[in-house]
Amino acid sequence: MSLLAQSAVEFLSTRYAYVTVVLLLAIGLYMMIASPNLVKKIIGLNLFQSAIFLFFIAMAYADGGSIPVIPTEGGAVGEYASPLPQVIVLTAIVVGVSLTAVALALIVRLYAAYGTLNEETIREVANE
Amino acid sequence: MSNPELALLIAIPIIAATLPLLAGLKFEAVGWPIAALTAGVELALAGSVVSRVVAEGRFVHNLGGYPRTYGIELVVDEFSAVVISLIAVVTLVVVAYARRGGPRENAFYSAFLLLLGGLMGVGLTGDVFNMFVFLEIVGLATYALVAADRSARAALASLKYLIVGTAGASLYLVGVGFLLVATGTLNMTDLAATIPETVGYTDPLIVASFCFVAVGLSVKAAIFPLHTWISDAYAESPDTVTAYISGLASTLGAYALARLVYAVYTPAFFEAVPLAGDALVAFATVSIVAGSVLAVIQSDVKRMLAYSSVAQFGMIVAAFGLATEQALVGGIVHLVGHGLMKTALFLGVGVIASAYGIRTVRQYANLGYRSPVAVAAIAALLLGLVGVPPSIGFLGKWYIAWGAIEAGAPIVAAVVLFSTLLTLLYVARLLETMYFQPADDIEGAVTADGRGVRLLSDGGSGDDDDERPVSFGMVFVVAALSVAAVALGFAGPVFEAFLDPFLEAVL
Repeated sequence: MSLLAQSAVEFLSTRYAYVTVVLLLAIGLYMMIASPNLVKKIIGLNLFQSAIFLFFIAMAYADGGSIPVIPTEGGAVGEYASPLPQVIVLTAIVVGVSLTAVALALIVRLYAAYGTLNEETIREVANE
Repeated sequence: MSNPELALLIAIPIIAATLPLLAGLKFEAVGWPIAALTAGVELALAGSVVSRVVAEGRFVHNLGGYPRTYGIELVVDEFSAVVISLIAVVTLVVVAYARRGGPRENAFYSAFLLLLGGLMGVGLTGDVFNMFVFLEIVGLATYALVAADRSARAALASLKYLIVGTAGASLYLVGVGFLLVATGTLNMTDLAATIPETVGYTDPLIVASFCFVAVGLSVKAAIFPLHTWISDAYAESPDTVTAYISGLASTLGAYALARLVYAVYTPAFFEAVPLAGDALVAFATVSIVAGSVLAVIQSDVKRMLAYSSVAQFGMIVAAFGLATEQALVGGIVHLVGHGLMKTALFLGVGVIASAYGIRTVRQYANLGYRSPVAVAAIAALLLGLVGVPPSIGFLGKWYIAWGAIEAGAPIVAAVVLFSTLLTLLYVARLLETMYFQPADDIEGAVTADGRGVRLLSDGGSGDDDDERPVSFGMVFVVAALSVAAVALGFAGPVFEAFLDPFLEAVL
């Protein structure tokens, strides 16, 4: 195996979480831009946000770490996953859900007005 | 350190936001009194906070009593004091206008108060993740408000704004993630201290986080080429909403960017990574020209003013990127000035639209003789937007141009002057139409014999008061703001003296 392939394999096996995140980000962004279907655009937006949530979770992971809870009987706490990014992700998920709800409400109204979910058709009708 | 007035500034409007919907189950039209009361309380609170800042300088409030390592801090310094007073004043003015001019549904006032709470939050927070949450509250409320008049076009504009705005906020969140990876903290004061100590300014994580944060917040501040949402969102939303979000929503986006640049990355970051500052200034400079050119080619007045915002925010962000004392003062003054002038202009456009139902530049023909007060106020504000002294528009541009020369960036100063000419181009077109263009041949225009007039405006006889869509109060609000915009043109030394402690702390 060549040196390049070896380092590539090593990179993928140690950094696979971040590779996944970047892939999901790219797919979500592409869906947002390329899909003419409004609902699919919102799914793309959700994918984009989920990728960012995964990024935070991956960052908080500690190899062999336990959950970030101090045992009641005291005693030494060993290595544990960082709780802060998990709290952040919880909050960000709530924000994301609210945004999705608003977006879907707007889409319902657009569908009622134009009878289609296709962005290009809506634009043609709206510009007339 | 407990200074609960900072928390109250955010909490009161958010709690009040639930009341119109709740009370709406039993009563009709309770939204306006609740909003007016909240706006009054907010102005009083903001006033007391500002007077304390004048006396003592920067102070903080730790939410829940947790120190800043664990908890979230609310911070007020001179810069945020200026911004929260702007929010309080503009809110009161817009609420006053909305009594006759605005949407009357209770749901509208719920969203409006939620937006107020979010804006205050962005202005006061000292935590980068908390900033994201408040930016999204602002975003959510804004998307709902843009679609408030229930037209399909407004829904489309709102959805477009939602997708672009959320993508921007998400990019900001990625930047926050990088900062957290690099330093392990989210507090702005801690970040500013930790970055140079532990990882250094040139660390790829820090540089990448700056890129994400700058791009994400540029979407919120509508910097070219991330401005695409602005024209539809401003043109399709109800006039009251346009006035409010044009005055505050993007302003707080630009404020967030400035806060991050000065409180987290600090000017030392620009010295270590000169490309970052140069790129920010370069994009902002392109934005000034592009926004002005796009404004010149518009025929719809609201769209013209929307694109003019792209140019003005370009100027503000350029000032923040230059990081000299004069430029920073200019950026802050222009932020305030632009907020006041755009709010007043969109309210003025709303007055004209509800009186005559006209929206395009051509239809404004000869209007100066039909609605002398409102049109004179609009004319004064437009001249302020160009930067004719004495007005706050001139003051901001003057400081920015001065700061640009001081920072050794004469191109920025030249672009500011060039954009003034472009601004004059579209402003002069509107002024000429309003005062010197006969209206007889123009479709939809208001002619001298009253053809096309829906209803009278500017006072008139008071007997059919409930019939007239434009009240004395609506015109008065626009006129008062135009007087304020001119009067603040003399306030340069006041701003400079007030902001001095902030400038010394960050530069």
